[in-house]
Amino acid sequence: MKAFLARNPNTQLITSLRKDDDKGRPWTLMEKIFLGLTPQQYLSQAMSNPLNWIFAVIFMIGIPVLIGRYIFGLSWAVGDPYDNAWGLFLAFGLFGMVPLSSSGFQLGTAVEIFGRHDLEPIERLGLLNGLLGYFFAVMFLMVDLGQPWRLPYPMVVSFGPAAVLFLVAWHVATYLSVQMAEVSTSFFEWMGWPAGKTFIKKMTLGLTVAGIILSTLHQGALGALSTYAPGKVHPLWYSASFQWLYFFVSSLPGGLCMVIVVSTIAIKTMQWRCDETFKNSLEKLQITLAKGASMGLITYLTIRLVGIAHDNKWAYLATGWGAWWMFEIGFGVILSLALLTAGVRKNSATLVRMGAWTTILGVILHRLNVYMFTFNWQQGHVHVPPWREIIITITMYSIYIVTYRAILYRWPILFKWKTRYSEYAVLEPKPAAVASAAQAEACPSGK
Amino acid sequence: MIERRDFLKGCLACGVTAATVSVAGTNAMAAGSFEGYPDAMGVLVDLTRCVGCRSCEAACNKEQNLPEPDQAFDDLSVFNEKRRTTEKAYTVVNEYQVADKETLFRKMQCNHCNEPACLTSCFVNAYTKTKEGAVIYNSKVCVGCRNCMIACPFNIPAYSYSSPLNPLVKKCVFCYDTRVKEGKPPACVDICPQQVMTFGRRDDLIKLGHDRIQANPGKYVDKLFGEKAVGGTSWMYLSSVDFDKVGFDAHMQNEPIISNVKDFLGFVPMVLAIWPALFSGIHLLATKNKDGHHDHEEGDHQ
Repeated sequence: MKAFLARNPNTQLITSLRKDDDKGRPWTLMEKIFLGLTPQQYLSQAMSNPLNWIFAVIFMIGIPVLIGRYIFGLSWAVGDPYDNAWGLFLAFGLFGMVPLSSSGFQLGTAVEIFGRHDLEPIERLGLLNGLLGYFFAVMFLMVDLGQPWRLPYPMVVSFGPAAVLFLVAWHVATYLSVQMAEVSTSFFEWMGWPAGKTFIKKMTLGLTVAGIILSTLHQGALGALSTYAPGKVHPLWYSASFQWLYFFVSSLPGGLCMVIVVSTIAIKTMQWRCDETFKNSLEKLQITLAKGASMGLITYLTIRLVGIAHDNKWAYLATGWGAWWMFEIGFGVILSLALLTAGVRKNSATLVRMGAWTTILGVILHRLNVYMFTFNWQQGHVHVPPWREIIITITMYSIYIVTYRAILYRWPILFKWKTRYSEYAVLEPKPAAVASAAQAEACPSGK
Repeated sequence: MIERRDFLKGCLACGVTAATVSVAGTNAMAAGSFEGYPDAMGVLVDLTRCVGCRSCEAACNKEQNLPEPDQAFDDLSVFNEKRRTTEKAYTVVNEYQVADKETLFRKMQCNHCNEPACLTSCFVNAYTKTKEGAVIYNSKVCVGCRNCMIACPFNIPAYSYSSPLNPLVKKCVFCYDTRVKEGKPPACVDICPQQVMTFGRRDDLIKLGHDRIQANPGKYVDKLFGEKAVGGTSWMYLSSVDFDKVGFDAHMQNEPIISNVKDFLGFVPMVLAIWPALFSGIHLLATKNKDGHHDHEEGDHQ
């Protein structure tokens, strides 16, 4: 797209509900999908993007393997891992992606609860990042479950309410709908449905507080799941008292840093899609997020150390696993902390961005260590996923990136949609009636 | 008035969430001190008697209609490596070199815990601990998350990964439907030519095990494995050597696995009770009269 716009500097991309000329006719859905380009133009810009060719190769190999997993069974893709029942799909796709998606509730809380309106230009990116992360974590789950078509069973068929996974299932399902509602405001703007947006806006506070509760509990619950396996997770990564705190606290810098990373990629690769407010405030916002992330990281570092001290596990540090543990902490936490704090002090977005990268890699490494690398450490070998499992994981993650990019291209996430509903209601006779009907629905008491 | 209305809405939303999940906390907390059904059956395994003939493996295979094994049951080369239970074998016997010229054999199968980790970790309640002591599995509701395999401290449940349409957890069910329900011993116990295993009331077996230790000084280590491990198991073991030499985890905790999860579960009601009020309150404080700006005016157009 960048190259295409360089060749055609006069292209008008859609950033508003209505055309400027043509008597303010609303853009049609097809026009909006092609960003205001003709299909030929759209195709030509897509073809000239080398990343799309990489994705084409990944999908050509990966999609058949993904389909094969459903035709030939799970063992065709992952083997028969009786001892390491959770492999890459969950260790990376679920346990790794969910903490990086805590941005939704954090930015929602900062803006809507704490009234930090200076963060508004990046709030929508934070919400979208949360929604997509959770959505694809569920997609990874659909690949991993033996019988994915039974996914709704814990909600409707048979209940195991004493299980941590029961809490996770309900929370992730509920939170996914909360996040859909939160992100839907962008979608409603883009579609030109002001009534939907008005309806959601009225629930903002409730949705945001529900988001905090659900996030606190299920981020922690993902850690608590490993307390079912006290003898299997290596002692350096296990603590009955702190396990859920490790997972919850590390998800805070994880989510904030994911927003820093994604917004950096956005400003570098799709600057044309970012409006002036976003472009001008981004570096300042990233440094603000980095402040929050460093506070999370220092807390995380402290409890990781306190956890070791609490169970007096220092002796394990002298072993090979201890070296690996020190690498995880040294690279993922201490280096990240140094980069982020230096970035904040020197006001350097570059340092902050580097620190954000190492933070998210550190969080993912921690999840892989708990659920894959150190799992069953006493058996003396590390579980290595077979190649089809790796290919499917790369394919799923690529679908995630493509979806993410497609939404950022279109919905008003990185830019403001140029039609205020107050104006819109005057232009169009119908929507006012629709909006008041929606209000009546929202407050059935007739207040 | 918008704030107060939103505050109430916030509380309502959270209350609904609370109702959904608070059960998770209470049930698990109450499950703490369950010590097994009074008339639960069990099996006492005396490792010193086993000669490694594998007839129990063959009997299990027949009783449970399992597929043909990869190696025949009279093929003793299987002892060259340590095996575990699989979707095709609910019980396996392993050989352990315990001294210079002394070996012991240990049969491995589901130990039918009093408070099974598989059961407490299952989010669709697919497992049941019957009053006879068996831990059975309902294949009709299993989603295939495999949390039970993660949770089982003995690494027993296997999964039929190869089935595309109906993959299921595969594990020993104490021959519940075919034998134990009617008071008959499971197939492996029945067939054993060495009387390695004794089937009976778990309470009686604990006495029998300790009697046997006392009656034969020096023959056994003074421990009945399974009497206390992870809250007690229906299958218990006597051994002449330390249990970690025959593949048991000697450091296994005495509390049920679910006790490790309680730190987290105890925190759930607190979050549900305090968070809504705390954050709605902060919202009121943080946004009140701030630059005369209202949070929710943007979308309103009346």
